[in-house]
Formats: sequence, structure tokens, C-alpha cells
Amino acid sequence: MNPSEAPATVPPPRKSRRLPGWAVGVLGVAGAVVLLSTTSYLTGVPQLTSTGTIQTAVRLALPILLAGLGGLWAERAGVVNIGLEGMMIMGTWGAAWAGYQWGPWAALVAAAVFGALGGLLHAIATVTFGVNHIVSGVAINLLGAGLTKYLSTLVFFPLSHNPRESPAVPKFDTYSAPGLSEWLGDLEAQQRVGLSDVAGILRGLVTGVSPLTMLAIALVVGSYLVLWRTRFGLRLRSCGENPVAAESLGVNVYRHKYAAVIASGALAGIGGAALVLNPGQPGYLEGQTNGRGFIGLAAMIFGNWRPGGLLGGAALFGYADGLQLRSGGKTFLALVYGAVLLLAVIVVWQLVRRRWFAAAGGIVAAVALYAVYYSVDEVPSELTTYAPHLVTLIVLAVASQRLRMPAADGVVYRRG
Amino acid sequence: MGILRGKLLPPVLAILFSALLCGIALLVSGANPVDAFGVMVSQVGQGTTAVDIINSTGTYYIAALAVAIGFQMNLFNIGVEGQYRVAAVVAAVVGGSLALPPGLHALVVILVAALVGALWAAIPAVLKVTRGVNEVISTIMMNGLALGLAAYLIREDVFGELRGNNIRTPEIPESGWVPGIPLGSAGTVFGLVFLAALLGVGYWVMMNRTRFGFELKASGESATAAAAGGVNAKKMVLVAMLLSGGIAGLVSMPEILGRDHTYNLNFPAGLGFAGIAIALLGRNHPGGIAFGALLWAFLDKSGLALDNVGVPREIVTIMQGAIVLSVVVAYEVVRRFELAAEQRRVGKQLGTVGAS
Repeated sequence: MNPSEAPATVPPPRKSRRLPGWAVGVLGVAGAVVLLSTTSYLTGVPQLTSTGTIQTAVRLALPILLAGLGGLWAERAGVVNIGLEGMMIMGTWGAAWAGYQWGPWAALVAAAVFGALGGLLHAIATVTFGVNHIVSGVAINLLGAGLTKYLSTLVFFPLSHNPRESPAVPKFDTYSAPGLSEWLGDLEAQQRVGLSDVAGILRGLVTGVSPLTMLAIALVVGSYLVLWRTRFGLRLRSCGENPVAAESLGVNVYRHKYAAVIASGALAGIGGAALVLNPGQPGYLEGQTNGRGFIGLAAMIFGNWRPGGLLGGAALFGYADGLQLRSGGKTFLALVYGAVLLLAVIVVWQLVRRRWFAAAGGIVAAVALYAVYYSVDEVPSELTTYAPHLVTLIVLAVASQRLRMPAADGVVYRRG
Repeated sequence: MGILRGKLLPPVLAILFSALLCGIALLVSGANPVDAFGVMVSQVGQGTTAVDIINSTGTYYIAALAVAIGFQMNLFNIGVEGQYRVAAVVAAVVGGSLALPPGLHALVVILVAALVGALWAAIPAVLKVTRGVNEVISTIMMNGLALGLAAYLIREDVFGELRGNNIRTPEIPESGWVPGIPLGSAGTVFGLVFLAALLGVGYWVMMNRTRFGFELKASGESATAAAAGGVNAKKMVLVAMLLSGGIAGLVSMPEILGRDHTYNLNFPAGLGFAGIAIALLGRNHPGGIAFGALLWAFLDKSGLALDNVGVPREIVTIMQGAIVLSVVVAYEVVRRFELAAEQRRVGKQLGTVGAS
């Protein structure tokens, strides 16, 4: 966040990129599917790729994805948004308040508005008044939590007789791809190696799809198009890379930062709505977000401040969450086995590239993980909840040199 | 006048502004703000509230000191929240399984807590100096892991035991308790409140009378100037983070050694974030932090009385959040104002007013 902290090394001459971004994505997805089905085959845990697991994973990934997308907007414009959690909490309250009265679509709109209000506050503090971004974010988290507690005592208590809970909120109808879903179900039931795994994953993705899922995917694609394919997006990103240069070229930096942070809040708010509108939840519940705003931030960092990577990070964290919720710690242990397999592939790759040090590190990690897999029966649920945090720490520790955040991220900019 | 305007005016303005904001919120929700604030003030004299406020002030003070050490060099230890939690669990477990003479027992528990807090803070510190990982992100992640680790350690099949419907660590034997000052029906002041005061004095001495404190401040004012002056930036990050974590480890000690004698599920959360807010309010100054901690404790404990007049007590949380946000804005506005005033003054002396 502070560019002066970055090591002052000269970047190596960039190799011409052999693969376009979409191909990397496709390869990544294919690799993940192969890894999962191999793990599922070797450990004998079919739940890894079952329809139910994938469906739960998608539901749990949505809030993380949307929060991460909010973080992406803000940070691309150079504003660090630790306040995502607070904006998300405000979103959950807004969604519940509008949702139980006027239905799920109103819930989405209200959540976006409430989140955007949080974003506006963050923008006023950081952009207009030049307050440190982290400080403002922490304050907004406090304020968001306090405000929703107050409002829910005031508004929800007379209705639900519980100050920590809202009345039940109606959910979206879900849609399944007709025909395709049944056919994939048959395929999955045959338990063929590989094929059934792919069928299970696909079926999880096309069965019981909520409009919210489609909206979230559309928002990811839309964010990519707006931020990387329009004039407005280019200007917005230039505010995050070098605001002084942007200003000198006639870009209104303050206005772009405001737009980005307000959008960020709205997206985090919709992320909150995704929690309230999750079919597994009755409605608003105090402490419902449980740090998901921070996990969203983690997913964004995992994805190297890019929408595609963010999608991957949210999918990974949502999957880990869903697997735990759906089938418990024993199944989760299979993921540890999967991680060992992944490490083995990485080690081979590093050996091929003659990077002995990295390969040795990989071997040590793989042996340690295998020892864990071999010695315990199940991963305690207390720890699996925080797997995303651990993964993020490891990614940061191993790959922090390859991650590239916007150059002026977190730097207070004041118009000259 | 200068000191008054620059240092005292912003917090006063922020508190008044927040009170006004909450007053409006109360009016809108149909309550009488004058009544509400009146009830809060009169609550101080009732029951154990006054003593509760003092005890709570001590806890908040330690948390804010931990944050302030990092803030002095622009190091954001968002991880106080996790550091005190892990330290509390481990110290409670160690304290409950030891048999030592009185005095020594408590001392060992306190040292263990400080050590564990420092170790938990060491991970982000090492990641920062060796791998360049931003400490804000890593400490946030460490907070999550701390929650998980604490929940795991007090499981029944690990170190915990079930009492009623609460899970807790084994009770620390009486030799490990720190006696308080009994004030009869008004309650008991924790003995370790004085540890907080002692830490405050130590913090002041360190910042104003030692080389380390000077280097810490220099690194915060200008990292490049400090580096040019021979300050080892990596060492500073490491030491500041370890110190911050060590003090964060002590946050839970007054309550655990003074009253609870165990870590259980009802352990207070959010002290670390409150510490950040208080350190900001007090501008990292030991006196300012003491005032901030007192204010926070007053709002917390007196706010409980609001339920009696039909006002949701969460209004005080809004007030706390509003205070933090408005105080940082106020400091920034005053700083800009003074900067402009200084530029004008310099301009006047040079006889080039208006030329810039």
C-alpha cells in the first residue's frame, strides 16, 4: 500500500506472454477439475465434486466475490477499502429491511444503496479530507456495526421479538437448465472416474441457479469491461496508478475516486444482500458477515487485483467453505490431500525449470501436509472456517513479489 | 493558544459533533436525547458502574498503547485483536496447569501472555521485513486465524472444560490471582489497572527519553530521513511490532487474573479495534489515550442504563464510530488550516503575499 516500501529492484525484462488471459483461466479451471477428480478418486470421497457441494460453494462464494469486486473498484482507483466489512454489514440490514416488505429485488436495491452510503462516507473522509485510508476503514467498520445493531433493535425487534434478527426475508426463485440438469444427474450417478466428477460440478453450476448468481457473474464481467475496456475505466485506473499524472492530463481525480469508492460500497452492500438472500438463512442476523468483507479483500489480493483472479479466489474460498458446511471435517481432509497433489505438480514444474530452492521448499511443505493428512482423522471445524485466511497468508508470503497492486494504492492524494 | 487549537480543539469538536449526531438520531427515533444523556451521566454514581468504568479504562488503555506504538512509525497493527485473544487463551491454559507460589504464578502468566502476543505479532512482522507483505492485510488474516485457534484450543477434547453451557479453560488456582482493591458495594478495582498505568509511564519514557523512541518517531515522520540518519528500518519494524504485540498480549490480563480466572466463550471481542479508535482519538499521546480510554469505558458502561429509558444502547456504538471518524477528519482539517496559516505567515515575512 505504500509504494516507498516496495523493494527498489529493477523489474526483469518482461517475457512476451505466450498465453492470453482467457486461456490461462480455462487452463486453471481445467487443472482444478482434474485435481479435484483425482483427489476424489484417490481418497474415495465423492462429495468433493458432488452437485450439493458445488451448489453450496456457489452460494457461499457470492458474498466473497461481491465484496472482493467492491475492493477491486476502490483499490483500482487508489483507495484502500478496509471498510468493506462495515459496508457489507450495512448491506445485510438494508437487504433485510427492504426484503421482508417488498421482496428480493427491493432487497438488492436497498442493500446497494446502504452499502453505497458507507462508500460515500469513506470517500468523503479519504478523498475530500485526506484521512488515512486504513483509519477511515476501521472507523466505518465500527460505525457500520453500531448503526445496524441500533437500527435492528429499533426496527426489527417489534416484528421478530429478537433485536439480533429480522423477520424472514423471501428468497429468489431458482432456475435449472431443463433437460441438461437431469442428464448430468444420471451421468453423476454412474460414478465413472473423471466423467462423473465433471458432471457433478457442471450440474451444481446449472441446477437451482439464483438470479443473484447470474447478477454476480454479470457484475464481474461488467466490471472488467468498464474498468479495462472503457475510457472511464482507464481514467479510473490511472487515478490508482499515478494520480498526479492523471490530473495533469485533465482527469478529475477526486470525481473518479468518489465514483469508484461509492461503487465499491454498493457492491459490498450487494454482497451483504447475497448473505441475507442465501436460501440457508432466514434473514438478517447479527454478526452474519463474520469477516467476509475481509475474505473478499483476501480474494482480491489472491487474484492479483484482477477480476478473473478474483473470481478464482472467491471460488476457492467459497468451495472450501461449502465443503466444510456440507460434509464436515473428514471431507475437508481430502482437500489437504489435494493440496499435496498440487504441491507435487508444482515441485515437478520447479524441477523442470531448475529452480532447486523453490522445489525443495515445495517438497518440505508437501511432506508436512501429507503428515497432517496421515495423522489426523478430521480437520476441526474451528480451523476450517479460517482456511481462506491461511491460504491468503501463504500466497502473500510466497508470491508477494509477483503480486502487483495499483502503484498509488492507499496513498492520500491532494489536488495541487 | 496554538496548542489549544491544534491538539485539544479537534477532539472536543469531534465529541460534540458526534453527540449532536446521536442526539438527532435519537430525536428521529422518537426518544428524548437530553433524557438519554442525563441517564448516562447519573448512571456513573449507581451500583458498580464507576468501578466498572475504571476497570474497563485499564483494559482499553493497554489495547490503545499497543496500537499507538505501531502508529508512531506508521505501522498499522490491526492485529491487536488477534494478539490479545491468542495470548489470553494460552496464558489462561498455562496459568491453569501450573502450581507456583503466589506472586510468581501471576508473574509467569503475565509474561507468557506478553510472549505469546509478541510471537503472534512476529509472524506479520517477519513476513513484512523478509517478503515485503503489507502488515495491514497480514494482521487482518492473523485476526481470523486467532479466532479459529482460540476456538480450537478451548474445545473440550483439547484444553477446555464444559461448565453449564459455557466452555472455558481450567480455572487458574488462587496463587495466580492478582488481588484487587475492594470498595465494598461499589465493586473491586482490578489490581492490574496499575499495570496499565505503569505501561503508560513506560511508554512515555520510551517515546521521550530513549533512543529507540526517537528512532521510532523519526521513522514515522519520514522513513527516508530516518534511513539516512542510520536507522535500520527492518529492525524498527520488527521491534515495534514485537513490542506492540507483547503489550497487546497483556490486554486481557486485568480481567483474567482479577476476576474471571479463566478464558471462556463470553470473552470480550473488539477490544483491539476499540484500541485503534482510542489511539487515534488520543493522538498516540499517553495522556490523550488515557482520556480516550476513559471516554470509551464511560460510553460502554453508562450506555447500559439507556435500556431503562427505552433507548437501544447500541446508540453508544454509533457514537464511538462517529467520534473516531470525525476526530480524524477534524485533525486533518486543523492540520491543513495551520499549514495554510504558516504558509501565509512565511509569505508575509518574505513580503510575497499573494504571489504564490
